[in-house]
Amino acid sequence: MAEYTLKVRRYQPESGEGAYWEKFKVDLDPSLSVLDGILQAKDREDGSLAVRCSCRAAICGSCGMKINGQSGLGCKTQIGEAQELAEKQASVGEGNGDSAPTIMVEPMGNMPVIKDLITDMESTHWTKIRRVTPWLLPHGEPPEREYVVEPESMIDITQSMACIQCGACVSSCLSMEADPDFIGPAALAKAYRFVGDPRDAETVERLHDLAHDPHGIYDCTHCFSCIDACPKGVAPMDQIMRLRRKAGEEGIHDDPNNGHNHVTAMTNMIEKKGTNDEALLIQESYAPGIKGKLKPTKAAIKGLTESLPTVLRAIKTGKARSLSKLIPGIHPKLPGGAQDEVKAIYAHTEEHREEFNIYITGEEDVEPEPDEPKETA
Amino acid sequence: MKLAYWPGCVSRGFTSELHGSMAFTAEKLGIELVELDRANCCGAGIIAEHNQELADTLNARTFALAQQTGLAMMNICSTCQGAQSECQQRLDADSSYRAHINEVLSGQGLAYEKGKDGFTNKNFLWLLVEDYGLDQLAEKVVRPLSGLRVGPFYGCYIVRPKDRLGYDEFPDRDVYLEKLIEVLGGEVVEYDGARKCCGFPVITMNRETSLRQAGTHVGDALDAGADCLVTPCPLCHLNLDMQQPEAAKVVNRDLDLAVLHLPQLVGLALGGEPKQLGMSKHIASTKWVEERLATGAPA
Repeated sequence: MAEYTLKVRRYQPESGEGAYWEKFKVDLDPSLSVLDGILQAKDREDGSLAVRCSCRAAICGSCGMKINGQSGLGCKTQIGEAQELAEKQASVGEGNGDSAPTIMVEPMGNMPVIKDLITDMESTHWTKIRRVTPWLLPHGEPPEREYVVEPESMIDITQSMACIQCGACVSSCLSMEADPDFIGPAALAKAYRFVGDPRDAETVERLHDLAHDPHGIYDCTHCFSCIDACPKGVAPMDQIMRLRRKAGEEGIHDDPNNGHNHVTAMTNMIEKKGTNDEALLIQESYAPGIKGKLKPTKAAIKGLTESLPTVLRAIKTGKARSLSKLIPGIHPKLPGGAQDEVKAIYAHTEEHREEFNIYITGEEDVEPEPDEPKETA
Repeated sequence: MKLAYWPGCVSRGFTSELHGSMAFTAEKLGIELVELDRANCCGAGIIAEHNQELADTLNARTFALAQQTGLAMMNICSTCQGAQSECQQRLDADSSYRAHINEVLSGQGLAYEKGKDGFTNKNFLWLLVEDYGLDQLAEKVVRPLSGLRVGPFYGCYIVRPKDRLGYDEFPDRDVYLEKLIEVLGGEVVEYDGARKCCGFPVITMNRETSLRQAGTHVGDALDAGADCLVTPCPLCHLNLDMQQPEAAKVVNRDLDLAVLHLPQLVGLALGGEPKQLGMSKHIASTKWVEERLATGAPA
């Protein structure tokens, strides 16, 4: 047993007061969970402390919260580990300013707080989940009994199916923090669950919808927060990148965020140049050239115009005072045959486009040393 | 110390001051850098959005070029670190996948071998703390950054996801900048954005969201009393420094906060002059930092 201090962000709307911090001393084994600590405080000190929970085993997804600023499940975070993190944060001045490091517990982010640690999942999480049509859309007459699919064809979506709807990824999402309209990690991972399902007949329509929403798949900022927050290994950001890949493969090239153009610009540029030709990347992301002729759209002209002041400032300080940084396409390619090696890689891999997912394959066991005797059957 | 050096694209593009300051700082530290001038862009996670196998092979090629030198590899970009670590994790997970990737490389006399000679690819930040050593660094400091209040800004790719970035072996990788600032004699400024996203990846896709992210973090650091930020990521530098005047418009407040590249901050403590370290090329003025250092401001 050990003693811990939980510093809990509390809020009771009926009191008319704002949110405040309250400390609770709890006494439990380090291997028990932060949720166990909260329930002990509720039991022994203040029965009004509000928290949502049920299974206490990372199955039901009820106890999403922030612990030391990190989103996750209260029941899946050992209190001893939470204390160690609080101490590490305090050691570099990242703590909460208390003399002794305490475990900070807050309600989830990016959603309204109803009371104490209970957030309103409806207004954000569930609304966004419904946004992606989270059910199967098969065509034709339903079969007499169940749909029959090859088990192998479902493996790809098992990762997104593992979601327990706890909202931890939504809480952690840094895109949503800056743009609350972003469809977000949980809903987009759910969208992939149906896009990847062989029984679904409206995959292309789904991809088109998610690419054409300015707050859809091209609004994710690659911050990886959702991957760390997810207690079930869903890696929502990876699913969003799969959606982008599929949208590109399906020929959905005209999204309003220039998202696909950006991917194509980057990919083609490295094949030609090996390293980043910044002027070309900017131009091609907004206004891709078609057979040597620029075809800028209205949005592209706006994007390019908005970039101008930044470029002018960079010329002034000397950051961009060279022709290769200003004129698209004159950036040098890799030296001495290296560019041909890169091109050969493109030719080879564009044929396969193999996708390797560690979640599904797992990491292979350490290979036996060559001199170890091999087991015989 | 001799290293295979991958400077990345942006350090030779819009943040050329990073490349120059790294050369200066390495020399002061006695680190010899063997530049991988035949290596290609890491793909920044974007090429993988098009074709994961392509991204994995491009980075396997870079690793193979580094392995040919027999040296450990160093990068100076959080984004290179993250994008390359992601590919390396897949390559290291499965020998048959690795063999498949090596098929095309073998035609070029190259091969990526898992763990060959203890191969590592580390950002300058990790390398300083884990291999060079903060004690040895402290001995080289000739101008302690006394009184300089520095806000750390990591860049997402070097702090997340934890299971890919070696946190099992090095659990403190997400607090190295704070440790480093202290060793250099500076004062760590605590603010909300240190491990958040600068917004750069969506600058061409959702300009307002992107600039709001950058502007918010710069503003938070200013409110916390920072004299400057320091970042190991040149892409973060593009949004935090180069786009700072645009970000100021989106968050509707004045922002004027110097953003230093990691080798610049180290270089200053090793006696480098701001101009020598390319600080005059920055968009946000670095004058305040220079004044602080010149007057030896009160701690």
